[in-house]
Amino acid sequence: MRPVHACLALFGWLAASLTACAPASTSVSTHLESDPQLLSEWGLFDVSGGTLELSEGVIPYDLSSPLFTDYAHKLRTLWVPEGASAVDLNAGSAPDLPVGTVISKTFYYPKAGDTSGRVSKAPDPLGQLNPVLADLSQVQIMETRLLVRREQGWAPVSYVWNDAQTDAVLTRIGDAQALTLVDGQGEETDFAYIVPDINQCSGCHAPNNTTREIEPLGVRARHLNKSYTHDGTATNQLEYLRDKGILTVPGSVTAMPANVNWEDPGQSLEARARSYLDINCSHCHNPVGPADTSGLDLTMDADFGPALGVCKLPIAAGSGTGGRAFSIVPGEPDASILLYRLETTKPGAMMPELGRALSHAEGAALIRAWIAEIDGTCAPA
Amino acid sequence: MRVTTALMASTCLVLASCGQSADQDTPEAAISAEQTLMTQLIDAQPGDVIEIPEGTLKFDRGLSLTVDGVTLRGQGMDKSVLSFADQIAGAEGLLVTASDFTIEDLAIEDAKGDALKINEGDNITIRRVRTEWTNGPSQDNGAYGIYPVQTTNVLVEENVAIGASDAGVYVGQSRDVIVRNNRAEYNVAGIEIENTVGADVYDNIATNNTGGILVFNMPQLQQEGRVTRVYDNQVFANNTGNFGHPGTPVASVPAGTGIIVNSNDDVEIFNNEISDNKTGNIIISSLFSTGYSESSASESFDPYPEGIFIYGNTFSGGGDDPDTDELALARVMLFGTDGRLPDIIWDGFYDEGKQVDGEMPAALRICIDNGEVGVLNANGPSGYTQPSTDVSAFQCELDKLPAVDLGRS
Repeated sequence: MRPVHACLALFGWLAASLTACAPASTSVSTHLESDPQLLSEWGLFDVSGGTLELSEGVIPYDLSSPLFTDYAHKLRTLWVPEGASAVDLNAGSAPDLPVGTVISKTFYYPKAGDTSGRVSKAPDPLGQLNPVLADLSQVQIMETRLLVRREQGWAPVSYVWNDAQTDAVLTRIGDAQALTLVDGQGEETDFAYIVPDINQCSGCHAPNNTTREIEPLGVRARHLNKSYTHDGTATNQLEYLRDKGILTVPGSVTAMPANVNWEDPGQSLEARARSYLDINCSHCHNPVGPADTSGLDLTMDADFGPALGVCKLPIAAGSGTGGRAFSIVPGEPDASILLYRLETTKPGAMMPELGRALSHAEGAALIRAWIAEIDGTCAPA
Repeated sequence: MRVTTALMASTCLVLASCGQSADQDTPEAAISAEQTLMTQLIDAQPGDVIEIPEGTLKFDRGLSLTVDGVTLRGQGMDKSVLSFADQIAGAEGLLVTASDFTIEDLAIEDAKGDALKINEGDNITIRRVRTEWTNGPSQDNGAYGIYPVQTTNVLVEENVAIGASDAGVYVGQSRDVIVRNNRAEYNVAGIEIENTVGADVYDNIATNNTGGILVFNMPQLQQEGRVTRVYDNQVFANNTGNFGHPGTPVASVPAGTGIIVNSNDDVEIFNNEISDNKTGNIIISSLFSTGYSESSASESFDPYPEGIFIYGNTFSGGGDDPDTDELALARVMLFGTDGRLPDIIWDGFYDEGKQVDGEMPAALRICIDNGEVGVLNANGPSGYTQPSTDVSAFQCELDKLPAVDLGRS
């Protein structure tokens, strides 16, 4: 894949030089017809001062439990065209946000030292804009993915940041970039950070494999129904979006579903595990998703039983079984396929199929603990 | 706001001109065949024919196609090779989520997961495609070679599938399927039809697999399969040791299986040449003999093979070295150390609840009208301790099943 890198490097150089001819902008410009070559043309961020500033109207948000993506930190933002009418929030699906809406997700890591490609395994502080973004010399920004609401539906657009972190360049065929993750003890893990190609966006963002419509995943009531601090004031995100005139929330916010923070020790293991599986798996593992072929349903609504994986036989798992007989064997995490698939890093066996090269040790530990406390047996003949 | 928009628009124009001049500086030679194909798959429009050049194209990530009505066409299954030997990401070589899809005349080699997966779509044609793991049978190989699932109106013809650690050709949860003139070798399962309604499997060659042709039903899926015809195939010497992953359905298939029906209904097996499969040339079995009878997974599932009709097949050899303890014991007990099992083996599980006056209703029976061919009832319900060779219970005929009509000219 050398040519890809060479090509991106070329574009990266172009991006750096192009920035010189683009005046810094701090207002958002949506693009309804085509995808501009540079992220800066959307005007979501201003990085000219060595800090990442959000433009007027760009609302940061986060999720009760986020998708794991190789320990990348994520800056999520929502921008809705000025003057657009509020749209209804419903309990299940993503709200039908107005044409022109831009949802962004920027993947970055705190740097581990000054060498490019060495990044830190560090917690991503939730509920606020990460202070580390105030000093971009401390972070390595990988990519920014956009979901743009156009007339015909949601369109994915993806940008890879240049080395100077002055801008990001449109990519359609994706990329693989070598990174080294350094943990708190100095342990190093080399891995390939994968930028998906545009077709692969639908691998997660088309959660209905029959309609195959691209949809936002995080912008749903159950993930947003939590507190976030804007300008020093903590507010429930749904209330915040309601007060901004973006969402209409029928009834009270407290009546809306709310997933829990998978790391919150104050919540039950089951609620944490189910929330973790929901955000990491249910875009495919839902009753109409690409993984309905497996009969495994990992949405919050799935009944406890075979559909959720309890004593469920694998269908087409191949090497993904890890030699184990059932998705979940009550009380026996090491006999459960589900855990094997979370822990392995073999491309043909790991889950999710896209979005990680590393195993999420902390997430797997949660699922391990949850399975360990489930009562029952799967009795083979 | 208007002023700002106008300003932004002019900014974009300036940028666009910067970008365009830069584009002209991009040398054509910088675009590899791999990048070209990736871009074509992304830019594809309905009606496109994407030609894949001769040569080996190497990918480190899986490919995908999401647009209906596209044809992927190589220069031949030994000429245009998509190699995934260096794959580091993606669970398939090529993942297609689209209808009206045709792929032909190319090879997909050494995918880390499945080679070609088509997940939900209508009107699918897979023709003269070779899927292969080039190091031979190994548990490290990907699971499926050619893998349409939840598809309708599917034609799989003239393909070659080698080395899959699950099935070379696997059609799952589909409707109206023809699998013909394929060659499946050195897979755990050569050709597998699973939870599929309406499949004709004919003129194929299945050899050197663990099991040649499988017709399976698995629990907990949206559709139980029925109505499959397996005929005019050559199914011989499928004696490769089972290298499937423990826990997968095919891992329970004994090495040396010619054709096996498991838990599926309304299956017709006729006019095949079946030989030298060391466990059994034909096995009819239920989920009970594959080890999961008590699991909660099978509560709402019909695990019994019913409405099975076997006739007009040619058998030779086989049954001489069964790969399960129960069948090995039955062979020696009934036929001596040099004997061989009959050509047809039934595990003996049946649904007592469906019996009327001690007999299965006619349409649910296992019927054999195949000359002097013998049958072994392994008598699984009694713990495999009282095998029987009485053929009288199988002497019946069933109505013939309709041919699959794809309605294509």
